[in-house]
Amino acid sequence: MKLLEDAGCVVEVPPLQVCCGQPAYNSGDRASTKAIARQVIDAFEGYPHVVAPSGSCAGMLAHHYPGLFDDDPAMKARAENLAGRCHELMSFLVDVLGVAKVKARYQGAVTYHDSCSGLRELNVKQQPRTLLGSVQGLTLREMKTPEVCCGFGGTFCVKYPEISNAMVGEKTGDIAATGADTLLAGDLGCLMNMAGKLQREGRAVKVRHVAEVLADMGSDAAIGENR
Amino acid sequence: MQSTAHNFKHNAHDALRDANLQDSLSKLKVGFSERRRQAAERLPEFEALRDRARDIKNHTLANLDFYLEEFERKVIGLGGHVHWAPTAEDARRIIADLCKSVGARTIAKSKSMISEEIGLNDHLEALGVEPVETDLGEYIIQLRHEPPSHIIAPAVHLTKDQVADTFLEHHRALGFTKRLTERNDLVAEARQVLRQKFLDADVGLNGANFLVAETGSSMLVTNEGNADLSNTLPKMQIVLASIEKVIPTLEDAAVLLRVLARSATGQESSAYTTLNTGPKRDGDLDGPSQYHVVILDNGRSSVLGTKMQDMLRCIRCGACMNHCPVYGAIGGHAYGWVYPGPIGAVLTPQLIGVEEAGNLPNASTFCGRCESVCPVRIPLPGLMRHWREREFERHLTPRTVRQGLSLWSFVARRPKLYRRLTGWANQLLALFGRGEGRYRSLPLASGWTRFRDFPAPQPGGTFHTQWARQRSRTRP
Repeated sequence: MKLLEDAGCVVEVPPLQVCCGQPAYNSGDRASTKAIARQVIDAFEGYPHVVAPSGSCAGMLAHHYPGLFDDDPAMKARAENLAGRCHELMSFLVDVLGVAKVKARYQGAVTYHDSCSGLRELNVKQQPRTLLGSVQGLTLREMKTPEVCCGFGGTFCVKYPEISNAMVGEKTGDIAATGADTLLAGDLGCLMNMAGKLQREGRAVKVRHVAEVLADMGSDAAIGENR
Repeated sequence: MQSTAHNFKHNAHDALRDANLQDSLSKLKVGFSERRRQAAERLPEFEALRDRARDIKNHTLANLDFYLEEFERKVIGLGGHVHWAPTAEDARRIIADLCKSVGARTIAKSKSMISEEIGLNDHLEALGVEPVETDLGEYIIQLRHEPPSHIIAPAVHLTKDQVADTFLEHHRALGFTKRLTERNDLVAEARQVLRQKFLDADVGLNGANFLVAETGSSMLVTNEGNADLSNTLPKMQIVLASIEKVIPTLEDAAVLLRVLARSATGQESSAYTTLNTGPKRDGDLDGPSQYHVVILDNGRSSVLGTKMQDMLRCIRCGACMNHCPVYGAIGGHAYGWVYPGPIGAVLTPQLIGVEEAGNLPNASTFCGRCESVCPVRIPLPGLMRHWREREFERHLTPRTVRQGLSLWSFVARRPKLYRRLTGWANQLLALFGRGEGRYRSLPLASGWTRFRDFPAPQPGGTFHTQWARQRSRTRP
C-alpha cells in the first residue's frame, strides 16, 4: 500500500474479493474455479489497474482466467479485460509506473528468490532487483539457482511432502550458501514454505516479502519471527 | 514393461533415500541445464527456431494421415515395407514374425523408447531371440535388468562405480577379469564386447527421431555411432517408431535437428546423424537387404483433435526432465513406467490409463520450467492440469482432497463467510503462536509440519481487517 501510495496511486481494496481460485484450478475442479473467477471479475470491475503482491495470483488472473471461459464469449471478454489490467506489484511499479528507486534503508545482505509464476508467467526478474538496488545499506547476494522452484506448489507441498521437502531443502542450502541474512521473494506461498524450512533447520535467515523492505518496513517482525 | 506408476509415492520415498541415485542426480541437475543454456545463447535465432519447430509439428499433426501415407508410399517405392501396429501387442508380433522369417537368433538394437514402451526385449527373449542393446547406457541397464531412468540418458541414475561392478560381474565370463575405474576404460571394454555382437546379429533394430515423408527416410541421431553399425551390418533392418515421428520434408528435419541436440545435451548437433532410406540398392557396398518400418499407434491417434494433441509434438529431447525439480529430486524410475519427468506425466496416463498413472500429473508444482525450455513449446503444466481435471470429473481424485476442496470452494464462493472464517483462523493462529512465532505441529497440517515450521500470523488481524481499521481512522 505504502509503495503504491508513494508512487501516487489511489488504492482501493474491494471488500468482496476472495481467493483467485488457484487451489481449485490446479486440483482439476473447473466448475468451482469458474464460479470463483466470476466473483473476482465482478469485484474488480471498473478499476483501471489491479495489482497483486503475488506472482501466482496475478498470473492466475492475467493468464488463466480467459481460458476458463472458452465456451462463454461474454465472460471471456470480461476475463480478458481484467487480464489486461492485472499486474504483479514489482512489475506494476517498474514497468507501468516507471518507478526506479524507493526511499528505504535496510542494513544487511539479502538474497532474492524468483518465484515461478512471477518469473515465467509475468517476466518478473529485473524489476525487484532494480528497486532493491536503491535501498540504502542493502547488498544483494544471488543464489546459484534463484530460478529453481522452492517446492511449494500450492497443494503439492502437502500432497507430496517428501518430494517438496527435498526441493525446499535444496533451496535453503542454496540460500545459506550465499551468506545472506535475509531472504526476499514476491510470493507468499514460497515465502512461507522457505521460512518454515529455514526455521526447522535452525537457520537464522530472516524471511520477508520484498515489498516490506522496499516500503522501508524492514524493522517489523519477519515471517514466523517471534517478537 | 510392468508399470509401478500407481506406487509413485512409495517409489519417490525410496528414491529420496538412495544415496547413489542422489549423487547422480546432483550432477545431472547442473550439467544438462547449464549446457542447454549456453547452447541457446550461442544461437541468436534459437527462440525463432523453437516457434518454427512447433509449427512444423502442428502442421504435421493436423495432416498426419496424409504424411503417414506419403511416407509409406515412398518406403514401398524404395523396396522397403511398412507395417502398421495399432497396439503394442501388434508391434511385438510383427517384429517377432520378422525375426522368425530370417531365423534370427541375435538382434542388435540401438536405443528406442518405443521398444521400451512395447516391452520388446522380454518378448523376444521368451521366443529365444537375444536382443542386444548397443547404446552404452541401454547396454548397462540391460545387464542390470533395469528400465531406463531418462529418455536420452538411460543409465543416468548410476554412478561410475556401479557401472564398474556391473561390467566386472557380466564380462568376467568373457575374459575381462579386472575391475576398471576409469571412464574411458569402461567404454573401451563395452566396445570390445559389443563389436562381436554387431557381427553376430541377424537383425538390426533401431528407433527413429524422424520419419521423413518426402523421401521415405528414417532419421536417427546418436553420439556413439552404434546405430550405424546395427543398421548396416545385419541383413534385415527394422525401424520402430510411433505415428507422430513423421514430418514432411528434409528441410523440416533440419529445423528440428537444430533445436533437438541443443535442448537435449547442449550440443550443436549430435555426433552422428544418419538417414536410412530403404534397403541396399544394386551396387551398394553394404546395407541391409530387407528394410522394414514398424509404425506404432498405441492410443496416440485418439488424442488427435483434442486439447491433449500438443503432447504429440514431443521430439524426445529430455529437456523437460533435465530442468524439472521434481525429476531432479527423485529421478526417472519413481515415475514407474517408460517415460519420466513432465512429458511422462502427460504421456503415461494416455498410454496406460489415468487410473494407473494418476499421481504423475499431480506430482508437479507447475513451476513451468519444463514449458520454458521445451523446443516445441508443449504446454506441459497445462496438459498436466487437463489430466487433473479428468481425474476430478471421474472422481479419481482422493476423497479427502475432494472433500477438503469442496468445503474450501463453498466458503470461497461466499466472500463474507470467507472473510469471517479467515479472520477467525488468523486470530487463533496468531494467539496460539504467541511466544514462538511459528508452529512445529498443527492439527490437519502434518503434510506441512512434518518437515517445516508453520509461520504464525503477526497479531493485528488479516490484511483486510487492518485495511478497514486504517481506513476508518483516516476517513471518518
